[in-house]
Amino acid sequence: MYTSLSRKLLLTLLAWLIALIIFFPIFWMILTSFKTEFEAISTPPTLFFEPTLAGYREVMARADYNTFAFNSFAVSVGSTLLALLVGLPAAYSMAFLPTKRTRGTLLWMLSTKMLPPVGVLMPIYLIFRDLGLLDSLTGLIVIYMLMNLPIVVWMLYTFFRDVPREILEAARMDGAGTLQEVLYLLVPLTLPGIASTGLLSVILSWNEAFWSINLTTSDAAPLTAFIASFSSPEGLFWARLSAASTMAVAPILLFGWMTQKQMVRGLTFGAVK
Amino acid sequence: MATLKLDHIVKEFDGAEVIKGVDLIVEDREFVVFVGPSGCGKSTLLRMIAGLESVSDGDILIDGKKVNQIGPAQRDLAMVFQSYALYPHMTVANNMGFSMRLAGVPKADRDARVREAARILKLEELLDRKPGALSGGQRQRVAIGRAIVRNPGIFLFDEPLSNLDAALRVQMRIELARLHNELEATMIYVTHDQVEAMTMADKIVVLQGGVVEQVGSPMALYHHPRNRFVAGFIGSPTMNFTEVEVTETSPAGVQVTLPGGDSRLIPVESGNCQRGERLTLGVRPEHLTIEDNGPMGGTVTVIERLGGATSLYIATEDGEWVVMADGEVQKRVNNAVRFGFDPGRAHLFMENGDALPSLNRHPLVNIERRENRIDTMDQQ
Repeated sequence: MYTSLSRKLLLTLLAWLIALIIFFPIFWMILTSFKTEFEAISTPPTLFFEPTLAGYREVMARADYNTFAFNSFAVSVGSTLLALLVGLPAAYSMAFLPTKRTRGTLLWMLSTKMLPPVGVLMPIYLIFRDLGLLDSLTGLIVIYMLMNLPIVVWMLYTFFRDVPREILEAARMDGAGTLQEVLYLLVPLTLPGIASTGLLSVILSWNEAFWSINLTTSDAAPLTAFIASFSSPEGLFWARLSAASTMAVAPILLFGWMTQKQMVRGLTFGAVK
Repeated sequence: MATLKLDHIVKEFDGAEVIKGVDLIVEDREFVVFVGPSGCGKSTLLRMIAGLESVSDGDILIDGKKVNQIGPAQRDLAMVFQSYALYPHMTVANNMGFSMRLAGVPKADRDARVREAARILKLEELLDRKPGALSGGQRQRVAIGRAIVRNPGIFLFDEPLSNLDAALRVQMRIELARLHNELEATMIYVTHDQVEAMTMADKIVVLQGGVVEQVGSPMALYHHPRNRFVAGFIGSPTMNFTEVEVTETSPAGVQVTLPGGDSRLIPVESGNCQRGERLTLGVRPEHLTIEDNGPMGGTVTVIERLGGATSLYIATEDGEWVVMADGEVQKRVNNAVRFGFDPGRAHLFMENGDALPSLNRHPLVNIERRENRIDTMDQQ
């Protein structure tokens, strides 16, 4: 009794500690965003101060937050829908019509995630320039779709593989074609998995900075570029930068918070069944 | 109502033949059971008939029409899977009505047919439930219901009872037999359980290693196995085998010397058997009798009393023999016993496993399971 209680206490403390360490930068960022520029750089840092919205006011005055936010939203959702549209058939064929090379294909797809993006920046930049995709939402949607596709296919593949083959065969005996099989059975049966795959893709796209900063300038610039724009010209203004960052991460943080149950359910979908 | 013909069906997986040229005719309204040890190809054969596996060579004909290239849904078949394969997110009614929904049958017709199937299977109360809320036996009935609503020419069953407990299995077995009479449909049933095969089949197909070992009525397989494999596979406990020597052949049968030195005349066709040839004698446990001066003997090692019958495992100089005696037998473990058999019930197998055909056909061999079946055959 004693040991199990102290063990539980210890684990709880540890969990809180880790959570606090992970959360601390975000906490500090939000805190800093309500400080004045002077307080933001004071040493030792102040924990108690008179909060001000000056940082936010300046950010709003200097840039059109709504445009950036809309771009982020459009690019995240657009690229996710496209990735699901392409990834679903790919995962279907790999899960239900595997060949000797399926495993290799999956590993190869995942291996592209190990490639440093900067390594392909030049060719992609040139291709985008020639196709007129620079600084366009379409361009970003395509690049994010390609970026997330390996993860999307891999995740959908694992969810699909948990669907008993016989259920799909029964549907085929009942007269279902491939499309009906997917729409009436596969999608409803793996919906939690598909949803969490989509959520992950949205979050990854929202947070992506490398491509958005390099491939956009103004028209299609999402919130990551919005943050970056506050770090360069006149040196660092911590309070203003923090305010911009808080505004950029707030929607996705809120989104993640609201969907965390779905995320966890989806990610452990195969394991607990 | 449909007939099925398999014409030298071959299936290859990665160059290895798993079905090695199967020929078979399934008559209209017949209940045919594919039986065999695991890996014998019985499920593969069924899946090929269903259209879920491609055919490497040979033809499948349903009602005389070649269906090799026709999709599963267009073959006028319905299949019941071992795992039931119900759609977990649909209610029982939607599970059963799914095929009609895909075919665009109006909702009123759909509902009527689902209700009719539910009535036959006593599922009316459960139509709004999802499969997760059903017991194993109920799920099984829904799976059968899903097949019934399609009103197929041929029902295919892939080990449908193997996930049920023993009591339920017996009950479902009876229900399936009843259903077969009621629906007047052709049924093909795959199982590894010989009791299911014996009790339900009009015709049993024994498969081993992708080859048909024997096709026949349950009683034909039991009384006249074509070879040693079928003899050993059909019947429980399994047939006793021992090596014997031919001492004489005549039109009345083959005279052999038993392990104890006695000799018996077994009434089988001698064929080209020679004096001195070694054959295998097979006698079923239930055809052995405890006799005080029987030709063979040994010590009882295990007794299994089932009430109505008793299995005696007897260690002899020739190995272990199993005798199925009546329930009243007084023997105990370590008792010495002697036993014998009626030569007319014994089988002889040549070295290649083939049986020497019996001179007398058993009277039950051609009996039909159902009376009405004989009537319909008479009319034809």
